[in-house]
Amino acid sequence: MTNIPILKERKKQIYHKGEGVFDLTCDTKSLAGSVSQRACVFCGSRVVLYPIADALHLIHGPIGCASYTWDIRGALSSGPELHRMSFSTDLRERDIIFGGEKKLYASLVQLIDTYRPNAAFVYCTCIIGIIGDDVDSVCKRVTEEKGIPVLPVHSEGFKGTKKDGYKAACESLSMLVGTGSVEDIGKYAINIMGEFNIAGEAWTIKEYYENMGIEVVAVFTGDGRVENIKRSHGASLNVVQCSGSILRLAQIMEEKYGIPYIRVSYFGIEDMSKALYDVAAHFKDNLGIMKKTKEIVRNEIDAIYPDLLRYKKALSGKKAAIYVGGAFKAFSMIKALRSLGIDVVLAGSQTGNKDDYAVLRDMCDEGTVILDDANPLELSKYCIEKGADLFVGGVKERPIAYKLGIAFCDHNHERKISLAGYSGMINLAKEVYSSVTSPVWKFAPAKDSFL
Amino acid sequence: MKTQEKIEYKATSNACKLCSPLGASFVFRGIERSIPLLHGSQGCSTYIRRYLISHFNEPVDIACSNFTEETAVFGGGANLKLAVENIIKQYNPKLIGIATTCLSETIGEDVPMILKGYNKEKFDENFPEIVSVSTPSFSGTHIDGFHGAVRAVVDSIAVKKKISTKQINIFSGMLSPADLRHLKEIVSDFSTDYAMLPDYSDTLDGPLWMEYQEIPEGGTKIEKIASMGDAAASIEFGRILAEEESAGKLLTDRFQVPCYSLGLPIGVNETDAFFNALSIITGRPVPEKYIQERGRLIDSYADGHKYVFDARAVVYGEEDLVTGLASFLSEVGIIPIICASGGESGLLKQKILDIIPDAENIGIRIIEGADFVEINEEAKKIDPDFFIGNSKGYRIAREMKKPLIRVGFPIHDRLGGARIIHVGYRGAQQLFDIISNTIIATRQDTSPVGYTYM
Ligand code: SF4
Repeated sequence: MTNIPILKERKKQIYHKGEGVFDLTCDTKSLAGSVSQRACVFCGSRVVLYPIADALHLIHGPIGCASYTWDIRGALSSGPELHRMSFSTDLRERDIIFGGEKKLYASLVQLIDTYRPNAAFVYCTCIIGIIGDDVDSVCKRVTEEKGIPVLPVHSEGFKGTKKDGYKAACESLSMLVGTGSVEDIGKYAINIMGEFNIAGEAWTIKEYYENMGIEVVAVFTGDGRVENIKRSHGASLNVVQCSGSILRLAQIMEEKYGIPYIRVSYFGIEDMSKALYDVAAHFKDNLGIMKKTKEIVRNEIDAIYPDLLRYKKALSGKKAAIYVGGAFKAFSMIKALRSLGIDVVLAGSQTGNKDDYAVLRDMCDEGTVILDDANPLELSKYCIEKGADLFVGGVKERPIAYKLGIAFCDHNHERKISLAGYSGMINLAKEVYSSVTSPVWKFAPAKDSFL
Repeated sequence: MKTQEKIEYKATSNACKLCSPLGASFVFRGIERSIPLLHGSQGCSTYIRRYLISHFNEPVDIACSNFTEETAVFGGGANLKLAVENIIKQYNPKLIGIATTCLSETIGEDVPMILKGYNKEKFDENFPEIVSVSTPSFSGTHIDGFHGAVRAVVDSIAVKKKISTKQINIFSGMLSPADLRHLKEIVSDFSTDYAMLPDYSDTLDGPLWMEYQEIPEGGTKIEKIASMGDAAASIEFGRILAEEESAGKLLTDRFQVPCYSLGLPIGVNETDAFFNALSIITGRPVPEKYIQERGRLIDSYADGHKYVFDARAVVYGEEDLVTGLASFLSEVGIIPIICASGGESGLLKQKILDIIPDAENIGIRIIEGADFVEINEEAKKIDPDFFIGNSKGYRIAREMKKPLIRVGFPIHDRLGGARIIHVGYRGAQQLFDIISNTIIATRQDTSPVGYTYM
């Protein structure tokens, strides 16, 4: 036990499996003063739209929001890299007083002339909602003048949580969908959704599907292109990963174009294979697809299995803490870590909902701590109390792990190593292995013989 | 006919600046058992944490009052108080440093008013000091937030008890933890007492933990800040800061503590001025150790001068850092051909001219309010030998196939940003060695002969 205090209001968002009734509070605003690991609405929108590489992303507001999100995600592009630039209207005092519309207009015109993007997104940050700029009309005007879609993203930071930012982004995307030609799209065509091509992961996944005989119309939004998004309503199935971020768009597309969607995950052998089989099963009139799929899965697993066993031997019995953005990722991680012989003792997410946490509870072993919207103190407390050997999370969690002498695996958007697909599973094993078994931990204060 | 004033609007592309709450957070992380609290929406604090963590590789807890839509309409008073209470319960701090954000400033929040009449009783004697600073991100940059927070802390805590002390107040500016450690060592070697604000040399650069620490140990002690009004003198770094409101000037005006406003002590010239000031204040000669250090540094200048002579450097970052680096570079014969900053004090040009009077004749370009796209365009015109600044210039340097020497903040693509020493003779030594060797290595690598000697 530790004597790290837990705030009374936060106790509702923490559950110890096996103790009491399960009634986790979630989907709420973060508690003031609690030091949430979450960001804001704007962050949610930025995550979803960022990888669209041939679009202009203009952040309307003072400089901070743009500075802190400049090139911080490893969403790769096979062509243009406009998304890696950071554009801001950089509002100043006088703009706050007199309004930022003129500056927004001038910035858009200047940037579109310079960079010739295929579309532009205008992100509204906190104060836009206060000073009352009519961003929609400015966007409309520039759309007409410049002949490219200029789309407002209503992502004022304080108007909800990160999830509302996902929704705002989906709504902007839905304005693009349906505006392109679907003429040459075949029958067995899908959109890959909620895959951001971190470290080239979308390319791996796309290749699997293409090898199965399936056409990929658009990836939302990894290595994204405006043209593909415009014609994405020509696909006959939406394959949705990381459901929280892009589910809204899949729903809109279902309502509007009758395109069904399935939910998948590409992390770990089990979920990866299911993601391929589920798509094959959807196209049941084409038996060739299923046959190919079986072949691919078999070959891929055969290729990595020996290595995987080797890692499993070294890692068996270790204990892991997982804290990620979306709960769906936590499910896959638990399975993937189990396949390496690692038990999960803490699982949490920033944005999970009631259903997610119910699934999580069912998956977890007795004694596992489940956390919604945790803060650094809680994460530290339970890592110590549960004796975690490994922490799977993002940059903000990394120093917590290291300070406590715990290994760390980056599973956030900043990672540079692909963790999706079969090759990704081996990469994950390697990543975990290289931290858990590193000799440096023998100098950690708890074990250091010198101290 | 009167020409109508036309405001030219331009987007900022790849900004060479950050927002002011970040600077204030730096300061509040450098006071003993202190927690920064941003009054605004959740994103800013998380983004700023992430930004600081990526540089320091240390836990950086920054709390937030978590504005909601209702807060934005009805005011953030209740949220702010709740945040303060929750911080006290979780962290039991000695100080909470509140910085505003663009959101709270735009809706006109008055933090001191909100906290007036706050019911401290329910926390008995455990109620922390609360300092607030106004840091709207739509005016100034992170460095203004930094200096503003230092001033706000001094303003609300420093007193004069009329006990004459030998204490020297040091207002270091936004330096690395290693710099702060070095400054403390120097002042201690003059056998004198000091109060340095902020001091994040331990809190943002500490060892692994034996036991969990809610707030990492270290930081300026509150008693030390309180005693600043009785100090023998203050030393404050930054030629730009010298022209602006500052903590040092506040102590002079309020308590008649003399203030030495010096340039950032980077390079021999500016470091000499610092040591001279210490000698005058303490009445002691410069310790032999530093005479030796200075001697070795100048010896290396002699050894390396030809390699660096007339090399052209693109310098960027906070205005005072740029000024300090320009001073150092020019004293060894390197031309800081572009001096650029996202800051807009209106003073950068004059300050560079004070140091390099013929800057304009040599063709030195001084750009205020610069962003990286602009720096890139200018750099392409002059084919520089290297870039020197934070890691955000990497993409330009890479595109131009020129080396980037990483200094300042942030350094997100290398280890050890916290351990770089910029100041003092020791800092100049490190910088000089790195720069000379970078130039030598470039020549060696591109030479058809590949000499194995210099
Ligand atoms: S909370 Fe508001 S001001 Fe802060 S980063 Fe998000 S949108 Fe920008």
